[in-house]
Parts: sequence; structure tokens; C-alpha cells
Amino acid sequence: MSTTALLLTLIFVFIPIILSKTLGLQLEKDTVIATVRSTVQLLLVGFVLKFVFDSESYLFIFLMVSLMIGAAVQNARKKGQQIKGITWKLIVTFVLLEVLTQGILLGFKIVPATAQYIISLTGMVIGNSMVLSILFLNRFVAEVETHRSESELILSLGGTPKQAIHRQLIRSIQASMIPTIESQKTIGLVQLPGMMSGQIIAGADPLEAVQFQILVVFLLLTTAALTSVCLGLLSYPTLFNERMQMIQRGNDSSDE
Amino acid sequence: MTIWEKVIRLKSETTTRLYEPAIHFQKVSYKVKDTEILKEVTGSFPKHRITTLVGPSGAGKTTLLKMCNGLLSPTSGEVYVEGLPLQDISPIQLRRQAGMVLQNSPVMDGSVYDNLSLPLRLQGKELSEEKATDILNQVGLDRKYLRRDSRNLSGGQQQKVSIARTLLNESNILLLDEITSALDPSSLREVEELIRKLNEVHQITVVWITHNLEQAKRMGHYAWIMIDGQLVQTGNISALQHSDDPSVERFLRGEFK
Repeated sequence: MSTTALLLTLIFVFIPIILSKTLGLQLEKDTVIATVRSTVQLLLVGFVLKFVFDSESYLFIFLMVSLMIGAAVQNARKKGQQIKGITWKLIVTFVLLEVLTQGILLGFKIVPATAQYIISLTGMVIGNSMVLSILFLNRFVAEVETHRSESELILSLGGTPKQAIHRQLIRSIQASMIPTIESQKTIGLVQLPGMMSGQIIAGADPLEAVQFQILVVFLLLTTAALTSVCLGLLSYPTLFNERMQMIQRGNDSSDE
Repeated sequence: MTIWEKVIRLKSETTTRLYEPAIHFQKVSYKVKDTEILKEVTGSFPKHRITTLVGPSGAGKTTLLKMCNGLLSPTSGEVYVEGLPLQDISPIQLRRQAGMVLQNSPVMDGSVYDNLSLPLRLQGKELSEEKATDILNQVGLDRKYLRRDSRNLSGGQQQKVSIARTLLNESNILLLDEITSALDPSSLREVEELIRKLNEVHQITVVWITHNLEQAKRMGHYAWIMIDGQLVQTGNISALQHSDDPSVERFLRGEFK
């Protein structure tokens, strides 16, 4: 792509800005910030990736993966402020997921152990896991609040915290996994996945691109399942104290 | 008859009017952030008796009730259940011993049987059909309700199911929170009869929160009046009618709800 062509893509930024101004959507500032940030971040990543790929050093791959996990944790933890120790719970989830998926991919020699593969696949796995964590945490916090009386009923009948939160946990795990499963049912029919499109544009054989995309689809199923289950099991105990009481939030007076 | 019941019978025969406390509060306070919900409450709920707990909204009644089965712990002070400090009893044990029924005790999805079997399922046990029928009869419902969808029952029937569900834990203390406030007059009478029977026949200690002063008088051997997080008066309900405390007087006249 020539520099002129790249500059011309700015037209796609002006359209929303003009619309925002005319209709008073007040999104101009955010659009500009998003444009600048995405450009700078992507260019930066481009240079970093080029450097890492050229260096062929595992240390740099490790640092890159750590950086990705760090950024994902930073982003997702905002949604789980109510859950004590959410930062390390997210770290455990992402690291477990990364070790497991890369372990299988590299262990069975499904993909070669080069920076190109490790970093790209990590990006997809951790990126999806981050979005899923946010979905899961939003849903879980809401479920717990809405069905508080149900949980208290089970506790009051002599149930354990795990029994008291079981239904909410299951519902949140389902809710966060369903979009991944559903979108994979229509994959290829409605939209071509970004990675596959990218490969095809870059000149790869469509069939080869498809094979790789299948790998990614399967990988994302594991990502969805593992993220919500792991985060769920790590999170629910923090909603209770050692006396098996639900921890009160805010200024809930618990009297009508 | 369990040994415990024998002891109780023996005791009630030998000591006529001396009631030991089932639950005792010693300077119990409860704070959420800077709001004091309970302020140094000291008092007892006598064993084998019905104590009604009245007072305006926000007086801390529900908070106090939740302390009786360890759903909440006091910020300061001590709660004793049958003479033992709360923290010395395992929460699960305590909650089976002191069963709770709430105003909108959620009936869970599924049949009446599914609801009744919940306390046992939580212990990994099964509820026999006979036992389920037995407990239904006790609360005045017959066998045919067992397979009914609990969501389709009337308010009164749902409340009876939730009382039956609590009874399956063989609790000797029943904690009731406004259990009749959503019921029509005839269901209300039935539930009152049921509680009276449970108290008289099975010697179950009852603590009953109610907004309804008439109900408190009808049902309670004793009453607690709570206002603004404080226990302002306890005793025989008719004695309370002649209270010197101006806030109790105002409450009894119905000036604040």
C-alpha cells in the first residue's frame, strides 16, 4: 500500500466525524482519540514485531507475550472491581490459557515454534479471552445481585457457598460462551474472519487460509470455555466470608 | 422422640414459667459503613415460645433475624444460640437448626417436590415420597400437590411450601420474616394456625417479624418493639399497650410505619 493510499483511508475517519458534528452525536473527540491511538499503537506494534521476528529470540517472544497478557489484565480488571483480587485471578486465567493452548499447539507440532505463529496466535487467544472475561464478569456480577435472595435461601437452608452460587455461575458461564459458539455457526457465511481476509489479501491461497482459520475457530472454543470456567471458579469464593455469609455491598441495609 | 425433646419435655414439666433463652443478644451492634443499623441490642427470645418482633420499616428487624441463623454477624457484641456463642457453631449446622422463612421466600423452578427436596439435596441425600407427603400434610396440603409446578401455586400455598421446606431440616427454631403480609385473610389464618400448631405440638421456638400489630398480639407470647435500631421494649404484648416510652406509644398508635 502506498503512502498516498494510506492517507486516503483517512476518508473513513472523516465520515463519522462529519456525521457526528451534523447530528450532534458528540463523538468527534472520541473518534479522533481512537484514530490516533489505533494508528500509533499499530505502527508501534508493527515495528516491535519486525524487531522480534528478526531477532528470533525466545526472550523477546516471552516479553511480548507478557506484555499482551499485562495489557489484557489491565483492561478486563475494570469490570471486576467488586471481586477481590481480580487482577491476579485474571493473570492466572490468561497464563493458564496461554500455557495450555501453546503447549498443545507447539507440543504436537501443529504450528512451528516461531515468533510469527506464537505471537499471532497468542494475540488471538488472549484478545478473545479478555473480551470473554469482561462479558463473564459483567454477567456474573449482575446475576449475583439479581438472584441474591435465591443464594441467601440456599445458605439459610444449610447450603454451602458453592451450592448457593451454582446456578448464577452456570448461567454466567453459558451466557459468556454462547456468542462464541453462535458466531462460529455462521462463520464464512456472513462474514469472513479478519485473519483469513488478511491472509487472502496478502496473497495466500484461500484454502490454506481456511485451514488456518479452522485451527483458530477451534482454539477460540477452548478459549471461551476455559476463560469463563477458570475465572468463575476463582471468583465465586470471594463473594463469601469464612462464616459462609454473602459479603454485603455498599450501603445495603438488608432491612426493608 | 429425640433425647433433646425428652429433656425439653422434662424441663417444661418441672420448671413451669421459667424460660431459658433460645437466642440471646448481648450488646449487639451492626454497622454498614457509617450507618448504624443495630445499636447495642440486648435481649432474648425465649425457648419454645412465639416472640413477635414489631417496629417501623428500617428498624433493623430483618438484620437481627439474619443474625439468628448466621447469615450476618454483628459488628460488635455477641449472639448466643442455645447458650453457645455464634462463632462456635458451624454455619451449616446453625442454619439447619434455625430455619428461616421470608416474605417472598423464593420458590425455586420446578415442582413442589423439587422444592421440598432442596434441603436434603444440599446434603447429598434424597427425600422419600412418603416423607414429602407427610410434611405437606403437616402444613395442610395434600399429596396431589407434590407434582404441581410451584410457580402456579397461590401465594398462601407457596408460603406453606416454603415453611414445609424449612421444616425438613428439622429445625427447632423458626425465624419468620413478614410471612403473611402478601396473603389474603383466609390464607393468613391458615398460616397462623400452622405456626401455632408447630409451636404447641413440636415445641418449636418461633421468632416472627410482623408489621401487623393485631397479628403480633394474636400470635405472640412475647413481643419485641424495635425502633431505629434499638430494642425499646420487650415483654408481654398487652403490657406494651401501656408503654411510657413516647416513641413506642407513637408506633402503637400507628403514627409511623
